[in-house]
Amino acid sequence: MDPAPLDGNSLAGPLAGLFATDVTLVTGRCAHCGDVSVLAACVVYRHPMGAVARCRACTAVLLVVVEHPAGTRVGMPGLAWWQGPAGSTRTGAVGD
Amino acid sequence: MSSWHAAQVVRTEPLAASARVLTLAVPGFAGALAGQHVDVRLTAPDGYQAVRSYSLARVGRDEVVELAVDEVRGGEVSPYLVHEARPGDRMEVRGPLGGYFVWRPHDGGAVQLVAGGSGIVPLAAMARARAAAPTSDAPFRLLAAVRTPADAFFAKELDSTEGLTTTWLYSREAPPASTRPPGRLTLDDVTAHAFAPDVGARVYVCGPTGFVEAAAALLVDAGHDAARIRTERFGGV
Amino acid sequence: MAVFTRGFGGRRPDSERPVPPGQYLTDDFPVLSIGPTPNVDTSTWQLTIRTEEGAEHRWDWAALQALPAEDVTVDIHCVTRWSKQDTHWRGVPVDAFFADVETAAEYVVAHSFGGYTTNLPLDDLLDGRAWVVTEYEGEPLEPLHGGPVRLLVPHLYLWKSAKWLRALTLHLDDEPGFWEQNGYHLYGDPWSEQRYG
Ligand SMILES: Cc1cc2nc3c(=O)[nH]c(=O)nc-3n(C[C@H](O)[C@H](O)[C@H](O)COP(=O)(O)OP(=O)(O)OC[C@H]3O[C@@H](n4cnc5c(N)ncnc54)[C@H](O)[C@@H]3O)c2cc1C
Repeated sequence: MDPAPLDGNSLAGPLAGLFATDVTLVTGRCAHCGDVSVLAACVVYRHPMGAVARCRACTAVLLVVVEHPAGTRVGMPGLAWWQGPAGSTRTGAVGD
Repeated sequence: MSSWHAAQVVRTEPLAASARVLTLAVPGFAGALAGQHVDVRLTAPDGYQAVRSYSLARVGRDEVVELAVDEVRGGEVSPYLVHEARPGDRMEVRGPLGGYFVWRPHDGGAVQLVAGGSGIVPLAAMARARAAAPTSDAPFRLLAAVRTPADAFFAKELDSTEGLTTTWLYSREAPPASTRPPGRLTLDDVTAHAFAPDVGARVYVCGPTGFVEAAAALLVDAGHDAARIRTERFGGV
Repeated sequence: MAVFTRGFGGRRPDSERPVPPGQYLTDDFPVLSIGPTPNVDTSTWQLTIRTEEGAEHRWDWAALQALPAEDVTVDIHCVTRWSKQDTHWRGVPVDAFFADVETAAEYVVAHSFGGYTTNLPLDDLLDGRAWVVTEYEGEPLEPLHGGPVRLLVPHLYLWKSAKWLRALTLHLDDEPGFWEQNGYHLYGDPWSEQRYG
C-alpha cells in the first residue's frame, strides 16, 4: 500500500505564515516536464518534517515547505517559474 | 489568516455511526468561503502537539467554526475529537485556508459534487452556501458514496436542500428499498446520476485519497473535462 | 502562551528510560513519506559506493547476503518527536562495505531510490555505529519502511537512516541532503536536539 498524498490545497496552512495572499492560487511550471498548473492542483505529501509538493504529471519535486521555528522556509527545487492570479499585476484587469 | 487562533469547543452533536459535529468559538476567525478548511492543533499537557486539517461544514458566521469529524480507527486525533472532546476544551485553529477548492455564490453555472465518506463535509458547506444565497440559481447535484446508511452525514438536510439533487451510493450495505447492489462507485453511477459532460458543470471531488483518484478518473472516462474537476484529497493509505 | 487540550494525549506510552530532550515514546512505527513508495526488486537491486575520485564499488543482492550480518537492538529517534525503544534489526555493519574503499573524503551522501538524499560524516557510518539493514523485527524489511534495504544510523535522527538505499557517495565537503537543504541540521544529534540548521 502506498502512502496517500493530498492536494496542493492543503499547502494553504503551511504557507499561510509566509505570504499575505493565498499562494495555492499561483500557477507554476514544472522545470522537469513543463506541466503548468495552479499550486492547489499539485500532489502533496504532508511529511511532518515538511510538506513536499510534486508535479501532478511527472512527480518531480516542485516545492518543499518547512515550518522552521525561525520562520517558514520554502525550497523550490523544481519550479521554472511562478505566476500570480490574473488581476494581481500592475497592468492586470480587475479580477476576482 | 496566517496565525493560530485560540479555539474553544462550545457544542458537540452526534452525526453518524462514527462521526460527530464540533462547534468551536474562535475569536478573530472571519470571512470563510464554502469548501475551505482549517488546520487544528492539539497540545497535550506535556507539550506534545499534533496538527490535522478539517473542512468547514458551514460558513457564513464569523468567529464560529463548525467541523464534522469521522473517526479513523487507531488515529491520533480523530478518535479524540469524536469521543473525548467536550464543551470547554481548548485547542488552536489556523485559517480559513485554501482559495482553490471553494464555491462562491456569484460563481454561475451547474455544480457537480462527488463525495466519498467524510469528503462530504466541504461539499455540504457548498450546498448550504448555495441554499443561503437567494440570488443563486445554480443547479447542484451531489453524488455521495458512503459505507452504510448509518454513515451518511447530514442525510435529511441534503435530501431536502433547495436547488440540490442528492444521490446516495452505498458501498457495504444499502437500504432495503435500494435497487443498486452495494459496491464501489462505477462509471454507470456517474453516467446515471451526475450532470452530463455537455452541461459543463464545475466538478468538486472530495474524500479519502484513493476514492478521489478513482472518482476523478471515472469522471474523465465519462467525458468530463479534467480542467473543470477540482479535488480535495483527505489522505489515508 | 500555550493552549493545552484537555484529554488529548496522542497515543504515547510513558517513558521509563531517558529519551532525548523533546522526544515522546511511541509503540507504533509511523510511516512518513515524501513521495510514492519506490518499488525496488532484489533481483535488480545494487548498492554503489562512489569515491571522490570516481572509483565505484558495487554489491548486488547476492553479494550483500554473503557479507556477515548481525542482529542489532537499538532505540530510534525521529525529529518529528517520536522515539521508539528496543527496535530489532538485522544487517551488515557499514564497515564491511568500506574495507576496500580508498578515500580521503570525510563526508558521505546517502542516495535512495526515489531521489531522496541525506548527508553524514563518514566516521559516523563506521566503527559499528551504522548498518545496511534488510530485516526489521524478524521479517524482511517492508517497502513502507525502506525495504528491501535501508541505512540504519540510530545515534542520529532517523531522517539520516535513508530508506530504499541505492548509493553512498564520498565527498571532501559536507553536501546538504534533501532535508538539510531545506532547513534541517547538517548533523542531527538527538541528544543535543540538533533539529534545525
Ligand atoms: C484539506 C483536508 C480536509 C479534511 N477535512 C476533514 C473533515 O472535514 N472531516 C474528517 O473527518 N477528516 C478530514 N480530513 C482528514 C483529517 O485531516 C485526518 O487525516 C483524519 O481525521 C485522520 O487523522 P488521525 O490523526 O485520526 O489519524 P492519523 O493518526 O493521522 O492516521 C492513522 C491512520 O489512518 C490513516 N488515515 C489518515 N487519514 C485518513 C482518512 N482520511 N481516511 C482513511 N484513513 C486515513 C493514516 O494513513 C494512518 O494509517 C481532512 C484532510 C485534509 C487534508
